[in-house]
Amino acid sequence: MSLRSGRHPQVPAGEVASDGASLGSVRLALELEVPTDVRLISRIVQLVSRQVRDFDFPAHVCSLNVPVALSEALSNAMLRGNGDDPAKSVRIRMAVDDQELILEVTDEGSGFDLERCTQDPTTADNVLREDGRGLYLMRRLMDRVERFTDTAPAGHNVVRLTLYRPRPEAP
Amino acid sequence: MSFTMTRNGAIVVVDVEGQLIVGNRQELKQKVLDELEKGERKFLVDFARTGYIDSSGLGVLVSLSKKIREQGGELRLANLNDDLKTLFELTKLDTLFQIADSRERGLESF
Repeated sequence: MSLRSGRHPQVPAGEVASDGASLGSVRLALELEVPTDVRLISRIVQLVSRQVRDFDFPAHVCSLNVPVALSEALSNAMLRGNGDDPAKSVRIRMAVDDQELILEVTDEGSGFDLERCTQDPTTADNVLREDGRGLYLMRRLMDRVERFTDTAPAGHNVVRLTLYRPRPEAP
Repeated sequence: MSFTMTRNGAIVVVDVEGQLIVGNRQELKQKVLDELEKGERKFLVDFARTGYIDSSGLGVLVSLSKKIREQGGELRLANLNDDLKTLFELTKLDTLFQIADSRERGLESF
């Protein structure tokens, strides 16, 4: 599933939520652009989690994995990428179907080295630190976390989070 | 999202309603530090009505715990749901905090 293909029409959230039919063949794509303001994070997380819930992902995915991982990506984008500058914006793109969820968070910063910046907060030295858990949590709660530089708009920093639907356990 | 402070004997109970995240962590920090400044030393944070906590919210709990200990006090936690327990286990913060299953047990633990 690509967020860039543009081949898939957006499905209004209300239709998906209310019809009760199987969403097996449906793919939902959303795009938001918001100003840098950390007070918006909980509203954005709520909106995205609601859509994921409609696709019958497990409850903990909607109440833990997605909210925490997306909240971390958004706060990194706003506070580090955009330097908490309200004149700069963050773009959120989401694509979800019955197999996987992809979230992309784009800021106006120059990016960072994901491997180098990820610390293990569980070591004896780090567990007492106030900071340093964000990237670690993102990577523990999602199946894949990638960072790359976007081409349109050129030079913008993108963090992509991917979560695959857990396979049902064999009987 | 809000924080309610109530007193139960010598213990200040903090109810976290909604999320504890980057957008409101400073409010919690300031409220608890104000009570610490007034001489309170025993704090119980009750998460019965909490949605989720992000890394900055966890960081504030760590920071407050350290500051309260420096003053000879204690910060304890109660009522973590399964998601929050997972979060504390992933970060090993379950080894740092004393966590009670209920508000009553949390109060009794002091």
